[in-house]
Amino acid sequence: MKKKKPVAGAFSALGKDLREIGTTFVKGDWKTKISFLIMGFGPILRGQIVKGLAFLAAEILFFVYLFGFGLQYLSKINTLGTVETQKIHRHTVYGDNSFLILLFGILTIVIIAAIILVWRMNVRENFVEEKKLREGKTLPSNKKALASLLDENFDKTLMALPMLGVFVFTVLPIIFMVCVAFTNYDATHQSPTNLFTWVGLDNFKNLFSFGSNGFGKTFGTVLSWTLVWAFFATFIDYFVGLAVAMLINKKGIRFKKVWRTILVVTIAVPQFVSLLYVSKMFDNDGIVNGFLMRIGLIDSYIPFWQDPLLAKVMIILINIWIGIPYMMLIATGLLMNIPEDLYESAKIDGANPGQMFRHITLPYMLFVTGPFLLTQFTGNLNNFNVIYLLSGGGPQSLKLTGNAGHTDLLVTWLYKMTVNDTDYKMAAVIGIMVFIVVAVVTLSVYNLLPSVKDEEGFQ
Amino acid sequence: MSDTTKFESLSKKKRRENTICYIILVLISIIWLFPFFGLVMQSFRSYDTEFGGMVGYLIPKHFSLDNYKFLFSGETNYLRWYLNTVIIALANAVLQTAIILAVSYSLSRMRFKGRELLMRFWLVLGMFPGFLTMICMYFLLKQFGLTQAGAVPGLILTYAASSGMGYYVCKGYFDTIPKALDEAARIDGATRAQVFYIMTIPLSKPIVIYTALTAFMAPWCDYIFASYVAFGHDKSYNVAVAMQRWVFTNDYQGYFTRFCAGGVLVAIPVMLLFMALQKYYVEGVTGGAVKG
Repeated sequence: MKKKKPVAGAFSALGKDLREIGTTFVKGDWKTKISFLIMGFGPILRGQIVKGLAFLAAEILFFVYLFGFGLQYLSKINTLGTVETQKIHRHTVYGDNSFLILLFGILTIVIIAAIILVWRMNVRENFVEEKKLREGKTLPSNKKALASLLDENFDKTLMALPMLGVFVFTVLPIIFMVCVAFTNYDATHQSPTNLFTWVGLDNFKNLFSFGSNGFGKTFGTVLSWTLVWAFFATFIDYFVGLAVAMLINKKGIRFKKVWRTILVVTIAVPQFVSLLYVSKMFDNDGIVNGFLMRIGLIDSYIPFWQDPLLAKVMIILINIWIGIPYMMLIATGLLMNIPEDLYESAKIDGANPGQMFRHITLPYMLFVTGPFLLTQFTGNLNNFNVIYLLSGGGPQSLKLTGNAGHTDLLVTWLYKMTVNDTDYKMAAVIGIMVFIVVAVVTLSVYNLLPSVKDEEGFQ
Repeated sequence: MSDTTKFESLSKKKRRENTICYIILVLISIIWLFPFFGLVMQSFRSYDTEFGGMVGYLIPKHFSLDNYKFLFSGETNYLRWYLNTVIIALANAVLQTAIILAVSYSLSRMRFKGRELLMRFWLVLGMFPGFLTMICMYFLLKQFGLTQAGAVPGLILTYAASSGMGYYVCKGYFDTIPKALDEAARIDGATRAQVFYIMTIPLSKPIVIYTALTAFMAPWCDYIFASYVAFGHDKSYNVAVAMQRWVFTNDYQGYFTRFCAGGVLVAIPVMLLFMALQKYYVEGVTGGAVKG
């Protein structure tokens, strides 16, 4: 990997860019100069009609958007609206809608950034065209420019829609929610009836305040359970799954395919069916308690989901049922890749099965599945389904604020805040915290992984 | 003489070892299948004579199809929910596969400006929890009229729109196809698009099936976002959203066996499909796990 100083690199690139824009303007002909204002002007006059019109259309669309729609929201983004919704003579007169102001304000800012990029491309296009003409080369025909979208520029064709989709449905909402973390958007500040506004770092202070109303203690509790859960869920599944895979792969064991298929059933059946049923199995009046009482092992039901510690243990145990099959499938493929002669020579040297596992199988598996373990761990940090379908985050606790229960992960807590409490501002703060936790874990582990090679190394 | 006894005792030891292994495997299998056995048994319990609640015994006293009849009786929108889910799953399988293939091909084969930056950026985006953006997505969809009554197309759009980020496994597979093949085809005059359609996709059959299969199965489990988008509009629910209510909010004591019956009907086709395509699934997860 190349190691550059990122900040210095960015500045020098920016400087180079500005210099090129300058020289393009100074040395360019009049067509280029007008192109600085009317995008695509130069290319159109030079016969590059398709490209030129695309630039021109982008510029026109931009101004139509800005003045017809975007500007009214952007201009209010610093206050998020001042006009309250009022009731005048039994008519509701809607004022500013803080939600839309924030959302479309952000959209407008991003679109402005995008148009600057397009403008830069337009300048570059002029520069390239002029250079080519000066060197006596001909410019590609319009037909060729279009055809290149299926050839050299095929990536642009393929990536356009997916990137737009990710932008609208992932990037924009994330920027929006990150901004919400700095506002007071909650149940008492619901748009369009009420306005909400910027409050700076108040919500973050609230998250780390340990007073009676503060979220500090709850956050600490939920975060530590999230980490404990992710640790156990990942490593228990990993080692038990590996053991099961080795068991099935053992020489002399028949019907390998049957055993595998039986295990894989838990992947095949949608989790909302299987996990909900299992959750009800262990309910107070469920089949497990019913059976144990009937045979006289217990007198009163075991509170599987009411006792905090028991609920946690149950979740981790039931997760084995769901999680092992993945590991088993992966391990099965990988175990076969370990060269047989490694084991043969170990056997000749007098190694017992335990030693062979410790010195051959395990190091190999850990080496190859490092990235998988990492993604499993971060996936478990956000494992919504298992927690939500099994315990719903319960049992509830009076000691915790924000409706958090004993088995709530950060994500399920976030979900409860959004849906039950409509405390959007704190939900956004928790979301950012989840991001930070995942990012810290990923970055610190990723660079330690032995199997992380240069991406191009695989090809 | 001593040699043969030694040999016999060794094979005896092996046999005993294997017997233990078999016992463990049978135990595991029982644990794994027990809940599903229970689910099926409960679904056949007679609603008329034994009511629909939870009971402490496994085998029903009277077998009947009461619960299944209820699902098809039109008392609830079960068939509509089922259809909704099938539509979403099929559309998702097609759109998501197309998008993931397109993105993977571009990232694996083309070298464009900002490619690595884009991959890193998407990796960072993936670290945000999905539910964070739920409210914002809801209002975005609402702007287009794609909530409540329009929840089905709304969900299809949302799933497809963000699917580009899930390219890892597929790109990893494309990376293993030798680039020399591409270059040879290009020398013969094929365009990039032709290489993609005529060569890369047919060569990647396992990963195409894997992608489509996972895309098809995901919507069956989506409860959270689906319930948020379809909120309060019964006809737009998918099975997960609708049947969740039978267990949680409605009086589950009466609806429990109905939930089981509905669950069996959901599980069977999805499970059969999965089992039929299991080979490709294994190839996908194994490849994905190793390359990360």
